[in-house]
Amino acid sequence: MVWPFVDQMNPSGDTLALASTEVDLSQIPEGAQIKVMWRGRPMFVRHRTKAEIEEAQSVSLSQLKDPQTDEDRATAADGTYRPEWLVMSANCTHLGCVPLGDGAGEYNGWFCPCHGSHYDSSGRIRKGPAPTNLPVPEYVFLSDTKIKIG
Amino acid sequence: MSGPSTYKPKPGFETWLDQRLPLIRFANDTMIDFPTPKNLNYWWTFGGILAVCLVLQIITGIVLAMNYVAHTDLAFQSVERIMRDVNFGWLLRYMHSNGASMFFLAVYLHMARGLYYGSYKAPREILWILGVIIFLLMMATAFMGYVLPWGQMSYWGAMVITNLFSSFDQLIPGLGTSITTWLWGGFSVDNPTLNRFFSLHYLLPFVIFAVVALHVWALHVPGNNNPTGIEVKSKSETVPFHPYYTVKDGFAIVIFLMLFAAFVFFNPNALGHADNYIPADPLVTPAHIVPEWYFLPFYAMLRAVPDKLGGVLVMFGSIGLLFILPWLDRAKTKSMRYRPIAKQFWFLFIIAFLVLGYCGSQPADGPIVLVAQIATGYYFAYFLIILPLLAKLETPKGVPTSISAAVLSSDKKGQ
Amino acid sequence: MKKTLFLGLASALALSLASPADAAGYAKQPKDVEWSFSGPFGTFDRAAMQRGFQVYKEVCAACHSMKLLSYRALGEKGGPFEYVKIGDELKHFDNPNDNPVVKAIAAEQVITDGPDEVGDMFERPGRPADRFVSPFPNDNAARAANNQALPPDMSVIVKARPNGANYIYSLLTGYYEPPAGLNVPVGQYYNAYFPGDLKAYWKGEGHAPKGGFISMAPPLIDDIVTYSDGTPATVEQMSKDLVTFLAWAAEPKMEERKRLGFGVMLFLGILALLLYGSYRTLWRDIKH
Repeated sequence: MVWPFVDQMNPSGDTLALASTEVDLSQIPEGAQIKVMWRGRPMFVRHRTKAEIEEAQSVSLSQLKDPQTDEDRATAADGTYRPEWLVMSANCTHLGCVPLGDGAGEYNGWFCPCHGSHYDSSGRIRKGPAPTNLPVPEYVFLSDTKIKIG
Repeated sequence: MSGPSTYKPKPGFETWLDQRLPLIRFANDTMIDFPTPKNLNYWWTFGGILAVCLVLQIITGIVLAMNYVAHTDLAFQSVERIMRDVNFGWLLRYMHSNGASMFFLAVYLHMARGLYYGSYKAPREILWILGVIIFLLMMATAFMGYVLPWGQMSYWGAMVITNLFSSFDQLIPGLGTSITTWLWGGFSVDNPTLNRFFSLHYLLPFVIFAVVALHVWALHVPGNNNPTGIEVKSKSETVPFHPYYTVKDGFAIVIFLMLFAAFVFFNPNALGHADNYIPADPLVTPAHIVPEWYFLPFYAMLRAVPDKLGGVLVMFGSIGLLFILPWLDRAKTKSMRYRPIAKQFWFLFIIAFLVLGYCGSQPADGPIVLVAQIATGYYFAYFLIILPLLAKLETPKGVPTSISAAVLSSDKKGQ
Repeated sequence: MKKTLFLGLASALALSLASPADAAGYAKQPKDVEWSFSGPFGTFDRAAMQRGFQVYKEVCAACHSMKLLSYRALGEKGGPFEYVKIGDELKHFDNPNDNPVVKAIAAEQVITDGPDEVGDMFERPGRPADRFVSPFPNDNAARAANNQALPPDMSVIVKARPNGANYIYSLLTGYYEPPAGLNVPVGQYYNAYFPGDLKAYWKGEGHAPKGGFISMAPPLIDDIVTYSDGTPATVEQMSKDLVTFLAWAAEPKMEERKRLGFGVMLFLGILALLLYGSYRTLWRDIKH
């Protein structure tokens, strides 16, 4: 009896049907990132430099609050592994602010100005109140220069 | 509502009505003949002031709703239309936005008074708990109202506060995410969120109104506490509410309205935040997110704890404590006027609360976090350790035998 | 005790109000300018507003929209062209649609309207009831034309920045020579009042200079506009005029608000005195 009144607040059909987002990678130079909207929330698409990738891969899992290898994080849902492309949510896992990018913070990745969470160059939480890494959405490579999120 | 009624209906209509629906009797017993301690000071005028605040907020809110559009594409514009084109729209909106601040200013003073004079103690525990419920409802209402103009602070405030619930993922994985998705009606704060916040923002004030009615009812059963904290012993220690307190409260209300008007007419944006005049942008977080000033102490407590779930629990716990306060402080003497040690700790408590407010307004850097942690610690210690211990250890000083005795002795001192 | 408490609460309020304007970065404190509209008695200087509108129209409007304003607002009560000089006398128009200055300003614009009877869009001259025409059709077009930087809408910008009037004035007059040792990226300009963090670009000695990089080239140079009233168009003068216009645009009802405020305060003041008098009289014989 109560359920219809509770459930009406959950995402509605049109919200759920929100199309997936295609991103053209050719426009993003190395060392730069763009923000795209997917399902009403921003996503980072970063073209990482060699140094960033090496730094991310050299971190041992024991140093991490939410252990995940960089390879796991940079692999698309179709299994393509191109470490120069990092696609992940742009909402801090603490309370949802958009972190500052381009090597910000103490771990040369992202820094959230709201409550001071530091992420490394793989988007993994290293310091501050955020509990988890920036989540990686499902995405696939449509071609060499195009991905589809969702 | 309490005690034998003193109302004597005139023959004719009044008697006819009294036998069917004793409205006039009710009004007479609660607002006219109601026996009120004669030694109440100005700190007791905030109840009346708060009633005025609530009524003003409801009236201005209803007319603003006639001109507001709850849609992410139109909300900001519709608020600006109210400011520019709606007749007296600027006045109504500034009254409503500053009115919220005034409401909280008055409620904090009202609560500080209750803490100082022990107004939460028997037989007024339910009165106090109803007050805490009103405070919680006010916070929810104010938060949702602040989202409606759909500026940057609206959006990011909604984002941060609704995300508090995602911390429950640390208890049961997925629980927090389901709650936030349910609150948002989507995968982020968006149009469905704005729409439901508007609906609830319109509803909650009437819920507050109903709880206020219960609060007043619960006040009229034992009657007012007073600065001595000693219960009324004889009728000679009271005066009828009208005209004695209607006039005194009326004076205080007008002084309060002058402060209110000073903000509305001469500095209407002083209590707001410049970023909220920038339309909401989900891609850019403002460099420095702060809630409205009245939430700052609680925001500081949230940030004082480095763990996400911990911070959320501390913040909600700080208000939860107020519910059990009547059973934490078991001291027999109500008024801190006669509790020299407790009084000092009370002052420290007020200072800690203000310090928390200051910390909440600053970026969360090293020393600020440490100060906030100390102040948060004191906040909890005050309720959980200091008050229970003092109830056992402190010897009250110079408690008079009655209100009359207290009045006489202060008279002597005065001469 | 009461006093201490009250002072405490008052100072807490003051403290919580003083949210730091430079928390975002390390910009210089804005200059303290004396404005015609500041203080409880302040009103907008009409001549400055008119000149400021000219600066907006001829310089800023190339990139910055003012979507919340309509042309009619210029001729409404309190607006810059409420009174129009016709011959030797100042004439007031109750309906801004009749105001020749406002009509002329609107008519300079081309508005896309429609659809007409056969369903096509058409172009027509602007009318006073139209909104200010934006320089770009949407934000993406604005970014594309401005090196990915979005020129903010200026309708409420004075209220949308802390200490807005002083800040915008300081920003417009704050394009100083970048200090030696500061690497200014291509397409960016050093501004001492723009919030930013220059540590990464600083090669000189000591602390990095205050300020930040802004994507807007210095918009004003001396005599970029010609004032019809003969006022010398220095950068300072134009900035001051422009900010006066923008302050009005952000808060067009300010004068009405202050006027009403004095009436309300006077009324409440008298009421307070009367109530205090009755309170003292009523309680005279009661020991409390």
